[in-house]
This record gives sequence, C-alpha cells and structure tokens, in this order.
Amino acid sequence: MMPTVISALPGLPLQGGASLSTALGVDYGALAPLFIILGVACVSVLVEAFVPLAQRARVQLVLTLAAIAVALVVVIVRATSGVPATIVLAGSLSVDSVSLFLWGTLLALAIPSVLMIADRSVEAGGAFVADPEALAEAQERAGARTPVTVGAGGAGGSGSDGAGRAGSSRGSATPPPEMHTEVFPFVLFALGGMLAFCAANDLLTMFVALEVLSLPLYLLCGLARRRRVLSQESAVKYFLLGAFASAFFLYGVALLYGYAGSVRLSDIAAAAAGSLRSDSLLYGGLALLVVGLMFKASVGPFHTWTPDVYQGAPTPVTAFMAACTKVAAFGAILRVFFVAFGPTALEWRGVLWAVAIASMVIGTVLGLTQTDLKRMVAYSSVAHAGFLLIGCLAITPAGLSGTLFYLLAYGFTTIAILGLISLVRSGDGEANHLSAYAGLATRSPVVAAALSFCLLALAGVPLTSGFTAKFAVFSAGLGDGEAPLVIVGLVCSAIAAFFYLRVIVMMYFSPPAPDGPSVSLPGPLTTVSITLGVVVTLLLGVVPTAALDWAAAARFLG
Amino acid sequence: MSALVLILVLLPLVGAAVCGVLVRGGGSPGGDAAAKAIGFVVSLVELVLVGVVWAMFVPSAPTRFQGEISVAWIPAFGTRFALGLDGIALAMIALLAVLVPIVIAYTAFTSAAEKFPDGRGAGGFVALMLALQGVLVALFAATDVFLFYVLFEVMLVPMYFIVGRFGGARRQYAAVKFFLYSFLGGLIMLGSVIGIYVASGTRLGQASFDWATLQHLAAQLPLSTQIPLFLGFFAAFAIKAPLVPLHTWLPDAGAEAPIGGGVILVGVLDKVGVFGFLRYCLPLFPLASQSLAPLVLVLSVIGVIYGALLAAMQTDMKRFVAYTSIAHFGFIGLGIFAFSQQALAGSALYMVNHGISTAMLFLVVGMLAARGGSSRIADYGGVGRIAPVLSGLFLVAGLTTLSLPGTNSFVSEFLVLLGAWPREPVYTVIATVGIIFAALYVLWVFQRTMTGPLRGEAVLGGGPGAASAVAFEPTDGGLRDMLEDDADARRRARFGDLSGREIGVLAPLVLLIFLLGFFPQPVLNVINPAVSATMSEVGVADPVGPNGVAR
Repeated sequence: MMPTVISALPGLPLQGGASLSTALGVDYGALAPLFIILGVACVSVLVEAFVPLAQRARVQLVLTLAAIAVALVVVIVRATSGVPATIVLAGSLSVDSVSLFLWGTLLALAIPSVLMIADRSVEAGGAFVADPEALAEAQERAGARTPVTVGAGGAGGSGSDGAGRAGSSRGSATPPPEMHTEVFPFVLFALGGMLAFCAANDLLTMFVALEVLSLPLYLLCGLARRRRVLSQESAVKYFLLGAFASAFFLYGVALLYGYAGSVRLSDIAAAAAGSLRSDSLLYGGLALLVVGLMFKASVGPFHTWTPDVYQGAPTPVTAFMAACTKVAAFGAILRVFFVAFGPTALEWRGVLWAVAIASMVIGTVLGLTQTDLKRMVAYSSVAHAGFLLIGCLAITPAGLSGTLFYLLAYGFTTIAILGLISLVRSGDGEANHLSAYAGLATRSPVVAAALSFCLLALAGVPLTSGFTAKFAVFSAGLGDGEAPLVIVGLVCSAIAAFFYLRVIVMMYFSPPAPDGPSVSLPGPLTTVSITLGVVVTLLLGVVPTAALDWAAAARFLG
Repeated sequence: MSALVLILVLLPLVGAAVCGVLVRGGGSPGGDAAAKAIGFVVSLVELVLVGVVWAMFVPSAPTRFQGEISVAWIPAFGTRFALGLDGIALAMIALLAVLVPIVIAYTAFTSAAEKFPDGRGAGGFVALMLALQGVLVALFAATDVFLFYVLFEVMLVPMYFIVGRFGGARRQYAAVKFFLYSFLGGLIMLGSVIGIYVASGTRLGQASFDWATLQHLAAQLPLSTQIPLFLGFFAAFAIKAPLVPLHTWLPDAGAEAPIGGGVILVGVLDKVGVFGFLRYCLPLFPLASQSLAPLVLVLSVIGVIYGALLAAMQTDMKRFVAYTSIAHFGFIGLGIFAFSQQALAGSALYMVNHGISTAMLFLVVGMLAARGGSSRIADYGGVGRIAPVLSGLFLVAGLTTLSLPGTNSFVSEFLVLLGAWPREPVYTVIATVGIIFAALYVLWVFQRTMTGPLRGEAVLGGGPGAASAVAFEPTDGGLRDMLEDDADARRRARFGDLSGREIGVLAPLVLLIFLLGFFPQPVLNVINPAVSATMSEVGVADPVGPNGVAR
C-alpha cells in the first residue's frame, strides 16, 4: 500500500539529505492543531493514571480546554495569515482553507461541548458520576434527598440550598463520589479523529480517522450512570450499526482502489476523467463509500441509530455528537464529492437526490410523531442532514460555502438546545417528554425564551442563523439546477415548523402541571455553553457576513 | 426624512423593549401600569411622527421612493437594509399608526384586559403590539426583497404570541394554525425569492435583492420564468390576504385573538398580502401578473360571494367580522388585477378604509362580547334598549362595512367597481352582487343582536360574569308603554352602555369614517403617484381615460 501512495506523489524527494519527516511532508505548522489535540489526549490518559482522584476532574478539564483553545488559536492564526494550502504526510492530509474552516468549526463547537460534559451542577455529580447510588446514599445519610434540582417554586433560593446540602454530605463518612474523568481523553481522541477525518486526502486515512473518531464515541454513549440500561443499549446499537457502516466504507474503498489504482481522492477524479474503463467499480465504490459516510452524518435512510443514540446517550455527549460528528462527516462528504467525484457529478447526483429527499421527508414526518424532545432533536437532525446534502450536491463554490456555513450555524444551535433540554429535570433524571414542558415559560422564562429562540432557528425563521444557513444552501442548490430538491426542502421546513412550534406552544400557552418537572439552575459551565450557543445563533442570523466570507473563501486542494 | 423613516421603525421597537423589561422585571402591578403608560405614549409619538412624515411627503416627486436609506447588511448575499416610502406604503404606515394607539388604549385603559387568560396583565400585550408595529413599519417601507421576506416572517412571531397568550379559549390552536399557514406561505415565497435572486445573478451578472434592480430585470425575464416566481410570491400573499381556498386560518385567528390583536391582524397585518400584490407581484412579474390575472380574479370574486354568504351564516360575532373581511379582500384583489388606474387606486384606498372599518367593527363587537361574556350572536338580543350608544356605534360600524355612501368604504368600493368595469365587466357584475349580500349580513346581525325585545343568555341570563353586571335604571318615559315583560327584562339586564373611555376609543374611528367618506382626496393624492408608477411598471395601458370615460 505504502509504495503506491508515495509513488503517487510526483516530485517527492526520496533520496538526498532530506530526513524522513521532510520526505513524508511533515509540516508541523500545518499539522499543529491535530498534534496538539492528539498529543494532549495521550497526556490526558497519563493524567488519568497518575493524578489523585480528587483533583482529576479539574486537571482534566483545564488540560482539555487549554488544548482545544490553543488548537483553535493556531487554526485561526493560520487561516488569517494566508499561508498557502498544503498537502502533508505523503499526500494523506490536505490542510486547505476548507480544512481550516472545518477545524475551526469543530474546535469552536468542542469548547461548549466539553464545558457541558464537565458540568456537575445540573445533576448531582454530573452526568458521568462514577456511582450515583453511592452519591444518593451519602446524601440520604446527610438527610437530604435529590438536592440540586429544585421544585416548582423559586429557582434560585432552594437551588443554592441544595448545593449546600450536597456540600455537607461530602463532610460525612464516605469520600465524595467522583465523575468518570475518562470522558476527557475520549472526547479529545474523538475530536482528533474528526479533525483528521474532514482533512483526509485519501480514503485510507479517512477510514482510519473514521475509526479514531467513532470508537471513543461508542464508549461515550454508554457512560451514563443514570438510566444505565438505556445508555448502554444506545452504545451497543451505535457500535453494531457503526461497525456495519465502517465495513461498507472499507468495501467501497477497496472497489475504488480497484478502479483507480490509488486511494487518493484526486487520483480517483483523474482516473474517472476520460477513462474508457467500466464505471461499475467507480459507482459501486461510491455507493458503498456514501453509505458509510451518510451513516456518520445520520442522513436519510441511514439514520436508524440516531434517535436511540441521541436519546440514550448522556445529553452532553449527545450535544458533542450532534454538533461535531455532523461537521466532521459532512466535511468528509464534501471532500469526497468535490475532490474525487466532482467531474463525474452529473452521473451520480440523481441517486443522491433521492437520498436527500428521503432524508428530509423521513426527518420531518417521523419528527412529527415524536413526544420525546431528544428524539425530536434527533429526527430534526436527520431533516437538517437532508438540507445539508442539498448544499453538498451543488458542486459549486456557493454550495461549498453554504454547506460550511450551515454546519457552523447548526452546530451551535444544537448544542444550545441540548444544553437547555438537560436543565429540565424531574426526580432523578431529565424530563424529556413533551408534556414536561407545559407552562415552562411561567416558571423559568429565560430558559423558555432561549429554547424557543433556538427552536425557531431550527425552523429557519429569519434573523436566526438557521435562516441564513438555509438561504445559503437553498440558493446554492437552486443555482446548480436543483429546483425540485429546494422545493422539497422548503415544504419540509414548513412541516417541521409544526413540531418545533408544538414545544413553544407547550411552554408558553399551557398551564404548568402541578407535579411537573423542575428546572435546574445551571452552573457556570453549562450557562457559558448555552449562552455561547444562543449568542452565536443570533449573531449568525443578524450579522453573518464575517462567517459567510470566511466560508466563501474556502477552496479544496486536491 | 430618511432619518425620520428610520426612527419610525426603531421607536416602537425600543418602546417594546422598554415595556418588555418593565413587565418582565417586576411582574408587579406597578411595572404593568408603567408599561401600559409608556407604550401608549410611544404609540402617540409614533403617530405624531407619521404625521410629520406625511406632511414632508411630496406626492409629485419624480422618484419612486422617498426618504430612502440603504445600508449594506449581508454583502455575501447582496442584501441591504434599505427603506423607502411610496404613497401606498405611507398610507399603510399611517393606518397602522392610527390603529395602534387606539388598540393600546382599548386594551390598557378599559376593562378589556380583565378577560386575559391566567390573569396576564396588559403590559405584555402592549410590548408585543409595539414590536409588531416596528416590524410592520419596516416591512411596508422595505425596498429590498430579502429584507421584506425577513420581516414578512418575523412579523409572525409577535402576532403568534399575541394570539397565543392573550386570546380566547382555543387560542393555542388558532395561534399555531396562523403561524403554520403563514410560515408555509413564507417558505414558498422564499423559493421564489431565491429564484429571482439566482435569475438576477445569471442575467445581470451580479445577483441582487434591490427592488428597483429586480424591477428593471422584469423586462428581461421570459414568461416561463416569471410564472413560477410569481406563483411563489402569490401563494404567500394569497394566504396572508387571504384569498378563498387559503383563508381558513383567518376566522380561527380572528375569533381567538384578543380584540386588540384582531384589529391589527385583520386591519393591517393581512394587508401585507394585498400590499405584496401591489408592490411585488405586479411590478416584478408583469407578464405573469397579466397572464395569471384571470386566476386571481376568479379567486377574488369567489371570495366576495363566498365570504359574504359565510359571514351571513356565522353564529359567532368575531368569526362574522373575519368573514366580512374575506369578502372585502376579494374586492381589493379584483381592483388590483383589473389593471386600471382607478381600480388600483381604489384598492389601495380600500386597504386603508377596510382597516378603519374592520377596526371599528371589531372593537364594537369586542365591547359587546366583553359585556355579555360571550361572542355568540344568539346570546344577544335587543341590546339597543339597554345600550343605545353601543347599538348606534355598532350600526355605524356595520354601515361602513356594507359601504354605505357617505362612509369611507363606499369611495374605495365604488372606485374599484368603476375601474374594473371596462376591462372585466363580468367579474365586476358578480362582485357587485356581493354588495347586496353585505347589506344582508350586516343588517341581519344588527337586527338579531340590537333590535327587538331584550333576550338572550348573555343579556339576561345568569351566565359567567353575572355578578359584575351593571344594574340598569330605566329613565326614558317614552319607553313606558313597552310590554311589562320587557320592562322587567330590562331591570334584569346584566350590563349597561359604553363607558366614556370606550366611546373615546371609538370616537377617532367614527371621525375618520365620515371624514374619509366625504374627503378621500388627501389620501388619494398620496396614493395616486405610486399607483401610476405601478401601472407603468406592469406596462398596461389604462382602460379609463383621463376624463373618467372608458376607452
């Protein structure tokens, strides 16, 4: 395999005084974000082994955030300094402006996700507390039941009261149960995989990155310690279906290698242009490849894992997955479509029209029937995947920039929504059923207003990022002759508005149930991430120029 | 003047924010009262400013728009925050500026707010109303198609909350139905907005949303392109207006909205639909407008007859008002798509007059319903005996609704029929039949509720609100020879006549009804240049000559 890859790089200085790293094209400047994230992920594993239990959570959080922030700064500096795009690591990664945009988006979305994961104020001990029974027992012994969440009365007062009780329980006999801090290295490894996935310039790298990002996600999904069965079921389901999808992907890679004699994306495009070979390997390979990619992006008929996993996974993980996996998967889809299959687009695009339509219709129609908010968000993400696909199928600069902008906008809105959903709780767990949201506006007007705003953004109401993004994608689609797709998209948007509105109706117009759920007072970490999501949703709706310009400047380097 | 136009947009929005903070911050009666007072003052200042703009507006100016401002908004899409006024937009803004203080006064300073669900105060209503006003002013003044679309969708949000939070028993259903209908229409329009944007990109080299640029583009677009684009805009406006097969949301929203919200909903917000016909469908897609005019005319005439028949059959007074509006929107549609100067001017004037008439009718009905605690027609009877002023004002409102000569609506309806006759005689004749139906439905409702002996559950019964009924003392000697039963019934009547404040709310409308009935010329002077410009943009010769005689 390796010789093929290297020989595919013309002009590579294989002999002479150059070291192996130069020979392979290791450009440390270009690769810095990837190295930082993966390097800190390794350090984070060591922290897990050597730092005492009591300090681990704090150390891990600071380390993770620092790594992401530094990587983000590096990406921004590189993007603004105008360093030309390069292909590094023997042609396996392409650090072009698209990669930089996607990296920036991924890292920016990772910050609020990590903040939510680390938050331990919303529920006692956080979503990843090692032993909730022990925690509950400790609290019972201290004479307090289910503290932090507060009843349908004043939010602030009894909230701090509960925190005080939790604090007092720590003083008693048993040591305080700590959270599973393994989540932090998992998130970092997954993030590193995502960065590599959307910058991968050959299909094998893409496959390896796919596995690197998937495996930690499978584990993360199963880490909820409350409602453990649901969480583990979701993890198993995700893993089994994900393994299937990976196999499809790999089979597709094999077929494409058989066709083009190379796994590099640009070589596939070159082989397809003006060759007299039979196309069956090419399109068969593409079909299998697309199945794997669409699975990760939770598009259309390959979405079956999405609702169960969104529902079962701990909500912070759902937020991370919903936002970042989508970005990475669509980044890879864009690269495959534009770089490897751009010249042959006319021949395969029709089939994917059907996929896009299926995705939009499935997402909206099944979304209508959902009564669980996390499942509703899951089906909404399937519908949005269809909208995104409209942008991906417009093989034009406008389609590229529209899709990139959409990913940025959608990610922040989704994180904010899932953050807000995690605040509404009853008893020990989240109250995700729609009826739990009845009359929320009277009890916590700020949460209800923020959630309404984000839902309107998902519905695509103007002055929110959702509208700007939809406009960018739909206008690109229409400009590239996809009028039927755009019409289906518009109709689906209108239908989908119904189930977003239903939540707003519940919150604002229904009387609150007397024994309804309570709204947790979010700690600073969750507050920051929700605020960030809402503010970005608003800004990208009102003054999207900077982000649009950055997205419009993005170009692929084969 | 440009700065004034911007202030017209921003002032209500700032007022809304202030009121919103006051209501949200305290939740106390003090905050609510302050919000009501500030909101009312803001709406009055807005009215004064609109008066100033009206005075500064030069009808004879050669430019299409006056007081223009234009700031780049999203350069990537070529959208601009561009405002400018033509006569029709100014007339609509003036109508809105007149109605909003009346609505706020009615809601905040009479007992109307006591009926709000869950004990909600009127402060929140005032804040939402001001927000809606700001959005609507910007919408009428927008000269950028993208900006128009954005505001077209955004205006749903305050109205949605007005209906959903302050409406009647089935308010949730009505609010969602209203939002979904309008949002669906808006999305279909979005398809056309994107379509015309892409078309301008391919034909002009530089995609644009500027109204004037797109209007020039109209000459280059072939009919086959114009028709789908026209239909997209038309669908949104036909839902909003509403034309007949798409009207079912209006009776629900109109009946469930609080009275003040219903006034603005039917009086101004729905006008966005017909305003859209005039400002967007006709000038941007002239060929399609002409070739599809028969479709619109058929729908309009069906609306005139069908709306009138359904209005006559209603058992609920608010739904009755909503259906009369559907009939009137039919007339406006007929006037617009008859393509003559007179008919277009009549339609534009009709938009203003219908706003005033409907506001009057809605408010009177609201005052009656607030007294009796019911809006069913069958619950009332002989109200004229115990509330003569209410009854008289109901009659005035009814007469302007049926376009009696001397009231404002007559002028516009007459202009529409006169202007539509030369080109579309058949539709005009059918629509004229609608006038007879109008007399039928108005007078029948008046007869059933206001005349005859006192009767009905809401007037005499021990229904909800009986405790707050005002005892009635017969003073008029002339009524002595009434049946003894009746005298007894009047003693048992649960409510009395209008209060001074309620009469004060209605007085400006009564004044306008007769003022515009006899002197419509000031408004026509402002409207006419814009109508002429629209005529030349459509590119159709006026079938009515300068001396008013059909060619």
